[in-house]
Amino acid sequence: MLININHRQYEAQPGQTILDIARANGIEIPTLCHHPALSIAGACRMCVVECDNRLVASCTTPARDGMEILTDSKRVIGGRKTILDLILSDHPLDCMTCEANGDCKVQDLAYQYDLRESSFGSKRESRFSIRADNPFLEVDPDKCILCGRCVRVDHEIQCSYAIDFVHRGFDSIVGTPFEEGLDGDNSTCVFCGQCVEMCPTGALTYKPSKGKGRDYEFQKIVTTCPYCGVGCQLELHVKDNKVIKVGSVYQVGSPNPVGETCVKGRFGYGYVNHEDRLTTPLIKRNGQFEEVSWDEALDYVAQKLIQIKEIYGSKAIAGFSSAKCTNEENYVMQKFIRAVVGTNSVDHCARLCHASTVAGLARAFGSGAMTNSIGEVEESDVIFVIGSNPTENHPVIGSKIKRALKKGAKLIVADPREIELTGLADVAIYQQPGTDVALVNGLMHVIIQEGLYDQTFVEERTVNFELLESIVAGYNPEKVSAITRVPAKDIIRAARLFASANKGSIYYAMGITQHKTGTDNVLSLANLAMLTGNLGRESTGVNPLRGQNNVQGACDLGALPNVYPGYQAVNLPENKAKFEKAWGTQLSDDIGLTVVEILNAAGKDIKGLYIMGENPVLSDPDQNHVIAALESLDLLVVQDIFLTETAQYADVVLPAASFAEKNGTFTNTERRIQRVRKAIDAPGQSRYDWEIICDLAQRMDYAMSYDSAAEIMEEIAELTPIYGGIHFDRLEGTGLQWPCSSREHQGTKFLHQGQFTHGKGKFHTVSYIPPAEEPDSEYSYLLMTGRMLYHFHTGTMSRRSPAIDQYEPDAYVEINLADAKRLGIEDGERVRVTSRRGEVETYARVGERVQEGQLFMPFHYAESPANRLTNPVLDVIAKIPELKVSAVKLEKVNM
Amino acid sequence: MENCNFQELDSIIEKYRDKSGNLIPVLHEVQNKVGYLPMDVQKYVAAKLKVPFSKVYGVVTFYSFFSTTPKGKHTIGVCLGTACYVKGVEGIVEKIKEELEIETGGTSNDGRFTMTITRCLGACSMAPVMMIDEKVYGQLTPEKIPDILDKY
Repeated sequence: MLININHRQYEAQPGQTILDIARANGIEIPTLCHHPALSIAGACRMCVVECDNRLVASCTTPARDGMEILTDSKRVIGGRKTILDLILSDHPLDCMTCEANGDCKVQDLAYQYDLRESSFGSKRESRFSIRADNPFLEVDPDKCILCGRCVRVDHEIQCSYAIDFVHRGFDSIVGTPFEEGLDGDNSTCVFCGQCVEMCPTGALTYKPSKGKGRDYEFQKIVTTCPYCGVGCQLELHVKDNKVIKVGSVYQVGSPNPVGETCVKGRFGYGYVNHEDRLTTPLIKRNGQFEEVSWDEALDYVAQKLIQIKEIYGSKAIAGFSSAKCTNEENYVMQKFIRAVVGTNSVDHCARLCHASTVAGLARAFGSGAMTNSIGEVEESDVIFVIGSNPTENHPVIGSKIKRALKKGAKLIVADPREIELTGLADVAIYQQPGTDVALVNGLMHVIIQEGLYDQTFVEERTVNFELLESIVAGYNPEKVSAITRVPAKDIIRAARLFASANKGSIYYAMGITQHKTGTDNVLSLANLAMLTGNLGRESTGVNPLRGQNNVQGACDLGALPNVYPGYQAVNLPENKAKFEKAWGTQLSDDIGLTVVEILNAAGKDIKGLYIMGENPVLSDPDQNHVIAALESLDLLVVQDIFLTETAQYADVVLPAASFAEKNGTFTNTERRIQRVRKAIDAPGQSRYDWEIICDLAQRMDYAMSYDSAAEIMEEIAELTPIYGGIHFDRLEGTGLQWPCSSREHQGTKFLHQGQFTHGKGKFHTVSYIPPAEEPDSEYSYLLMTGRMLYHFHTGTMSRRSPAIDQYEPDAYVEINLADAKRLGIEDGERVRVTSRRGEVETYARVGERVQEGQLFMPFHYAESPANRLTNPVLDVIAKIPELKVSAVKLEKVNM
Repeated sequence: MENCNFQELDSIIEKYRDKSGNLIPVLHEVQNKVGYLPMDVQKYVAAKLKVPFSKVYGVVTFYSFFSTTPKGKHTIGVCLGTACYVKGVEGIVEKIKEELEIETGGTSNDGRFTMTITRCLGACSMAPVMMIDEKVYGQLTPEKIPDILDKY
């Protein structure tokens, strides 16, 4: 159909509004309450146009054939001026000191329509008070125009339902129940800052950046978030070489298309410009760190490494690469360890999180990564979340799951704890930690028994079904109930619900992987997805949620002891020959050691360790053992942005650049390679990780130098088939998802369409094996460890971001109410948690998040390190430690 | 919430479960039962109906019928419309305040009455007027007030 706007004809599609058509054709219509990603409110009336001689709101009026529209007639302008006049009558005229000056739509419109003051009289007195009880946001209801964009983004995108319109008439404000504030006891606000981004005025502003710059003073750089594996696109607002705040990026196709992010992405940038940043190389002499020049530091490291190599051989040296660093830096690091040092003992913290995923999914499907894409979850009809707490650990995905539920999807949650999603689940399962294999076998037992499996998929696309059938036959609901402590009826309900899915997807994380049986757990989930035919299609799949910003990339680029970049096995002669040719040197055939194995061998077979951006003293199991291992080394080099708990034990510390200070790429959990862009200069003498390593390689007589991260990626593309089409010039916008084999290849949204990477999917027979350590009479509680919303990993970054650390400053252990009562422990009291490996004091958080007999501790806190307690027993295949199950004692500390 | 336990609310909530637009009728009946809608009650209704607490509070504070503070057993609405004003309703208000020892909007210590001011009740011929619950009293004088209140 055709409509006329300002006497010109425009093409219109059914369903489009007048505003849509005008905007699509570059015709300006002002709006205040409208946002393309939100539902239409029609609240502000600013977008009035003249339509067939009537004034209508263009945002709510659908186009009709032959419509005559005027967007700038005298009547229209008069109407808009009246509306603006009314808004201004209840809006303070304090632009001079307003935080939103320069970034305020009311101000822009007043300027455009030349309204200095309201003809109804100006607002001289405040009617409300400013609320700023939390460290993140300030709320000034006097500046609010009640457009409702904050409420809609909260309800429709973030799905936290923390705010709504409250009170009535002239007293209406956007508020929280009983005026408790965003940080009130009953608040569901998670401080994602989406409301601030949506606010067209200064009613909602960020506290940490208050008074630190006007919008027009900032340089704005789009980059990728340095926290979790979602890979949110963020806009750093920079002034005077400082990151002042983080804005949203609206980009269809991004993992966060509507500018979503969490409190860490939004407020976790304070560490970048923190005074604790390392600025010069350090060498430890007589137990004290001394500042030295780069030449001295690198000469020292080179000479020591050469010495260890000469005396003990290459195998006496190992490297920890980093899931925080870029793809390019991981590539350079593993190349250094393999080509310059001459060993395959390079690994990184994926060993502690998803090593079992990489091993398990590679065995089942031929490819060890998230099969589908983040956005697809919104279209799933049954979602099975097991051992994952997305609303805290992958918050943007958590919100997408909530959006799927709003659209009618069903949810099964299996988690020993009462997580937020448990409350939204159609079937909630609280399995005993470490019993996942039994649980999933039980689900498959019911599905096969009741003939609910996808026979066609099983016949056409898989092998070994008979083996699976015979093993799960032994897992009837009663038996599984006895192992998992899940009522048999819930096992049956969950099985039937998942089997009923047209597009069923499985989401999991550390609750599955961090076990002695981690690989088995992953194989079980792969079995379940194949059995129900939920693979190779959109909105299905087996979806491990990766913890670190670039843990996927660090694995992809070969920071693993058994594979070169692109999962090319080191012990296949043709791979070795290929890399020997490319790197111009001889390489080792032998699979190297993993993270925990390297620490176990420290002081014995391993004499030198080079750590780039990792903090094993806090992240690895059994802290006392880790410290003893580090102390026994002849040489420990730590390259980092802070003097971490690990760096304290180093002989040489090398200062590196943070994500905001360098170019490169991160690969997120959905295999999407996204750009990291330099926003500011690195402090002092700190340098890019790849530059430091190249410089060191030169000193060890290996020619390795690049001009840029882009140049490193060119080398990666040449040697890594799954990254074959990745070039920096192709990564503007939304990046590319591997496999991407050539310049022409558009990337891969979901894996295993038509066939699996290795042909047919393989069912594996997996039997239940109990955890290594179970509660007994002395160590009678079962301790789980993990993450929480506000902090990240070892806290190096999030705890140096002032707003976040102010909000969540203290370590804690979650204790069930009944246990606390029995032990006489009150909420907030000091308690001591002791395992066979050490003891930790922390604060009690008493409630019903954990079951009786179970405890949960986040591992972010150096002062109460949960990993002093954890068990370093390993999964035999993936060598991942059993961080999720330790037996501990709990007692009150008498002050 | 002294005069009601949460189980009593369940039967109300159950009656409206899975019906769209159930929040207002549920709040209405719950308020009738409890007398008002304190925080705990609103939270309970929100959780049971799977409606955000913020939405419940938004609805409660939007409609003047709902109250978040305790209300007396009976509500007195004194008309402050033009006719009643001219006929000296202010003296009636003062008398009620004196008798019950309360301010406008307040509830008497014995929990019997809450007094509110209303707009025109549409009974101007009988001005000055007031309503107690559903009953209208007209041609009031301050002297008549104690007897009327005694009936409750």
